[in-house]
Amino acid sequence: MSFLPYAVAVWLFIVGLYGVVSSRHMVRTILSLAVVQSATYVLLLAIGYRSGGQAPIVADIPPTTTLVDPVVQVLVLTDVVIEATVTALLLALVVQAHKRFGSVDPNDLRPLRD
Amino acid sequence: MTVLQIVALVAVAAGGGAVALATDPLRQTLLLGVFGLALVFLFFAFQAPDVALSEIVVGTIGLPLIILAALRKISEQERTRQRDEDRP
Amino acid sequence: MSRRARLWLFGVAGPGLAAVLVIGFRGLPAFGHYHGVYGLVVNGVELSMRHATDYVTALNFDLRAFDTLGEEYILFASVLGVTLLLRVMREEDEEFSAAGRGLDGSSDAVRLLALVLVPLLVALGVYIVLHGALTPGGGFQGGLVLAAAPAALILAGRYLELKILAPSWAMESAEGIGAAGYALLGLGGLIFASVYFRNFLPAGNPGQLLSAGFMPLNSIAVGLEVMGAFLIVWTAFLDQALLIRRRSLEAR
Repeated sequence: MSFLPYAVAVWLFIVGLYGVVSSRHMVRTILSLAVVQSATYVLLLAIGYRSGGQAPIVADIPPTTTLVDPVVQVLVLTDVVIEATVTALLLALVVQAHKRFGSVDPNDLRPLRD
Repeated sequence: MTVLQIVALVAVAAGGGAVALATDPLRQTLLLGVFGLALVFLFFAFQAPDVALSEIVVGTIGLPLIILAALRKISEQERTRQRDEDRP
Repeated sequence: MSRRARLWLFGVAGPGLAAVLVIGFRGLPAFGHYHGVYGLVVNGVELSMRHATDYVTALNFDLRAFDTLGEEYILFASVLGVTLLLRVMREEDEEFSAAGRGLDGSSDAVRLLALVLVPLLVALGVYIVLHGALTPGGGFQGGLVLAAAPAALILAGRYLELKILAPSWAMESAEGIGAAGYALLGLGGLIFASVYFRNFLPAGNPGQLLSAGFMPLNSIAVGLEVMGAFLIVWTAFLDQALLIRRRSLEAR
C-alpha cells in the first residue's frame, strides 16, 4: 500500500503517453501531455512527504514540529504555472498549423517548403 | 498513509485515465477541469497548500479558457473553409 | 510514421517502460520516510535566518531565487512565442463588430455575480501577493488570481470591456516591469551584499508584513509578471476566436 503514490505516477505517465501516441486530433495530444506532466507532480510530492508531517508554514505552529520537505513543493509550484504557458504556446502552434494546412490530424502535417 | 490520501490518489488515477482516453477534445477539456480539482485535493492531502493554490487557478481558468478559445477558432476556420469550398 | 506503426511501437515499448519505472521506484525510500538532508536543514534554519514563516515562498524567492529567475524567463519566452504566432496576418482583419458573438445570452444573475467578483478578486490577489512570505501564497499564486479578475468579465459576456479594463499596453508594461524588476533585485543583492540575489534588506520580525528582507518585493515583481503574462495570452487567444476573421473571397 505504501507503493500506491509511485504506482499512480507510473500509471499517469503510461496512460498519458498512450493518449499522445494514439490521438488523431492535435488538441487531444496536448491535453494528454498535461496528464503526463501531472505524473511528475505526484512523484515529486510523494518523495517529499514525511509521515505525520505538517505543511511547511510555521505562522501558527511551533517551529519544531515535523514538517514535510519544502524543496519539492517549490519545484512543483513553479512547474504548474509554466505548464499552462507552454500549453498555450503549443495550442497557438496548432491554431496556426490548422490555418496553414487545413487539418488538425498529426498525419496531415507536411514540411513547410511547399 | 491516511484514508484521505488513498482516496485522492485513486481519484487522480481515475481522472487521468479518463482525460487521456476521451475521444472528443471538448469533453476532454471538461474532464481536465475535474482532473485539476482531483489534483488539488491530492496536493492538500500531501500537505502542500502553496501548490494547491496555483493548481486551483490554473486548472479551472488558466488552461480551460485557452483550450476552449483554440477549439472555437479551429471549428470556425473549418466552417469558413467549408463555405469557401461549397461556393461555386 | 503512421498511427498504426506508432501504436505498435507503443505496444512494445510501453510495458517495457512501465516495468523499468516500477523497478526503479522500488529503490526509493518508502512513502513517508524522507531521507533528504536539504529539506531538513531548511526546516531547521529558515526561521532564524530569514524570519519568514512560509518556507516554500522563502525557498522560491530567496534561497533558490536564481531558479525562479530561470522559470520566470521561460514564462516570458512562451508568452513572446504566443503573441508572435497569433498576430494579425496580412489576409486577416480585426472586426470589432463581431466582438462578443456567442458570448451574449448569459443571464442577469451571472452578470451581477461577475461584477461583484472583479473587485473581490483584485483584493484577494493583492493580499496573496503581499503576504507571500507569511502565509500560503506568493507571487505565482497571487498573480494568477489577479489575472482572473478581469477574466471574470468574460462570464458576463463582455469581451471588449475586458480589453478596456486590462488594456494591452498596461499588461505588456506589467510583464516587462515584473521580469526586469526581478533581475534588478538580484543585482541589488550584488551591489549591497556582494552576492547576486543575497537578501540585502533587513529581516524584521517574523509574522509582520515588512519582514523577511526583499521577499515581498520579489513577490510583487513575480506577481506583476504572471498577471501580465496570462492576460496577454488570454487576449491573444480570444482575439483570434472572436475578433479576427479572414477577409472573405469577394473582398480579396
